[in-house]
Amino acid sequence: MTPPKKPRGKAALIPDRCIACGARCQSVCPVDAVQMNDQGEPIIDPSRCIGCVKCVKVCPAQALEMSFTPEELRILKELAAGAPAAAEAPEEDPEEAALKKRLAAYRGVWVFVEQTEGEAAKVSWELLGKGKELAAARNCPLCAVVMGQEVEELCRQAIGYGAEVVYLMDAPVLRHYRTEAYQRCLCDLVEKYRPEVILMGATGLGRDLAGVVATVLGTGLTADCTGLAIDDKGNLAQTRPAFGGNIMATIMCDKFRPQMSTVRPHVMPMPPFHPEAKGEIVREPVPFAEEEIRVKVLEILMDGGKSDVDIAGAEFIVSGGRGMMAKENFAMLKELADVLGGVVGASRSAVDAGWMPQDRQVGQTGKTVRPKVYIACGISGAIQHLVGMQDSDVVIAINRDPEAPIFQVASYGLVGDLFRIIPALTAKLKALKAARAGA
Amino acid sequence: MLVVVCVKQVPDTTQVQIDPVTNTLIREGVPFIVNPYDTHAVEEGLKLKDRFGCKVVALSMGPPNAEATLRKALAQGVDRAILLSDRVFGGADTLATSKVLAAAIERLGREEEVGAVICGKQTIDGDTAQVGPGIATRLHFSQLTLVDKVEGFDPAARKVRVRRKLEGRHEEVESPLPVLLTVVREANRPRYPTVNMRLESAEAKVELWDNAVLGLDVQSVGLKGSPTWVSRIFSPQRALGEILGDGVNDPEGAADALIEKMLEKDLLAI
Repeated sequence: MTPPKKPRGKAALIPDRCIACGARCQSVCPVDAVQMNDQGEPIIDPSRCIGCVKCVKVCPAQALEMSFTPEELRILKELAAGAPAAAEAPEEDPEEAALKKRLAAYRGVWVFVEQTEGEAAKVSWELLGKGKELAAARNCPLCAVVMGQEVEELCRQAIGYGAEVVYLMDAPVLRHYRTEAYQRCLCDLVEKYRPEVILMGATGLGRDLAGVVATVLGTGLTADCTGLAIDDKGNLAQTRPAFGGNIMATIMCDKFRPQMSTVRPHVMPMPPFHPEAKGEIVREPVPFAEEEIRVKVLEILMDGGKSDVDIAGAEFIVSGGRGMMAKENFAMLKELADVLGGVVGASRSAVDAGWMPQDRQVGQTGKTVRPKVYIACGISGAIQHLVGMQDSDVVIAINRDPEAPIFQVASYGLVGDLFRIIPALTAKLKALKAARAGA
Repeated sequence: MLVVVCVKQVPDTTQVQIDPVTNTLIREGVPFIVNPYDTHAVEEGLKLKDRFGCKVVALSMGPPNAEATLRKALAQGVDRAILLSDRVFGGADTLATSKVLAAAIERLGREEEVGAVICGKQTIDGDTAQVGPGIATRLHFSQLTLVDKVEGFDPAARKVRVRRKLEGRHEEVESPLPVLLTVVREANRPRYPTVNMRLESAEAKVELWDNAVLGLDVQSVGLKGSPTWVSRIFSPQRALGEILGDGVNDPEGAADALIEKMLEKDLLAI
């Protein structure tokens, strides 16, 4: 008697796990067994499902599983109890081998150094710090790319922050950033030197350029990353907030090179600067003239003056949320911030209520901050806020609701009425300051 | 001259919550809305219609129920709405999405010249800001992102001047047409649909273009045409911090406890 065939089972949705990712399960199903409902969740037709497991594998939320009838389970159990199946010889798939070869042609971690009027964006140096780690994990060089007019000085700075090789494209046509010009330069460099990873700041400029370069190169790009690591297969695991910061997603681009990411400013720590560091500067020609570039920059208007407070660079931030109740109450936070030598920030609800200007907003749609001390006052801690401040060295939460999610990221929490706690805190700090000044 | 505005139906991410027990996304009851930035793209297109008589076409790629989003664009006043929907488009990342949108715009361009494509600066669910640049690249249009003011659109002279909003600065730039603009919220205030427009839009036809219309290689769209994929989705696990003092009954004492802790950890710069 032939042994029973191993049952394959049917795919089934696990309730409450689906995140409506955009019908990945449906598009991967070879037999049209998956339909989507209005909520974007799959409905699986078991009469059609052939148990190929493709949808289970593709689901990013692990929301699908294989289900078996009791009869199938019994057969499975019997099979398992019988002689263990001979280990299948691992077979080198020719497709897999070709892919490996294709990817191996790319080597090196690159950081695009963003500059305006000859001044580098700080995020570029933060990326050299992270890039160094990634390059070490890949055992490959860390390189920087500098473009502009008379920007050779930036190459030396890049070397000081850890770059081993800097590719420099220096020409009048590159003085102001223009998508078309920078894209052509960067794509030329990539085709010539073939890096495996390209990192850029998730700034206005970085995102403008990255999206174009990735499209021209036909490769993957992950926006606004907050975490980068090399996985056990040597690919770049790119983690970023998704769904408005409600969850985190790890994105892979394991079949294409280069792997490109834009990275949120102020998330990666600044690396130390070594003025004595040595590195190579490679000058590359710029292959086009001004006439070929369609867009002209007429004028650059520096904002300045409007608000000289930069919450992103502050060491102490006292932030207020909905619990502040009214605009006037932010004066209390200002007083506390002043005594600490810090600035006042705000949650989205405080900004939406018009209590604070938008440039003070911390969170997914505002700024990311990593001060030494972040004091959250009357902020419940919606995830979109937490993603903007959870990398602060120390988080102190003051809130009357002990269940507020902010306490989950706080190093220290004070539960109670902030209108009594904050004035007490300010008064005591003032007294301490006065005593120290007098001492 | 045609002006194409791209819109996306998104879940209202401000209403998404995490189940504290299972650590999963609670999507129950979360409504779908028009991506807020895209309503500004529609308005910017309608301004060009008002001033120069451009015909405005709204495009959206999405599931069949994204038709509702296009109806809202019709209610605002766009002339034509096209839904790009096909199972083979599903599961697309930004590269595969821009492929489909660009192909549709190219097709529209065969009927009448497309002078401008306008997108919102990003969506609130993906937050990538990558699809606009992807479309511009594929169509070889000039790309002007983060526009907060369209100052000189001139179909006769075939050029446009805009102001871009960047970190700490603004930029005045000029480009020949055709262009792709992505707009920020400051660009305009979207008009409110009148009751009549709303009623008319309910009757209006939303065209459906599937891949039989666009004829794209199925390997280049949807999940198959996407170089990136999501390997894991998670909510970060967090440890509870230390609660200091009894702030409810003794706020003074709690303040003292905090200062003591800050001194101990050397957190004060005073």
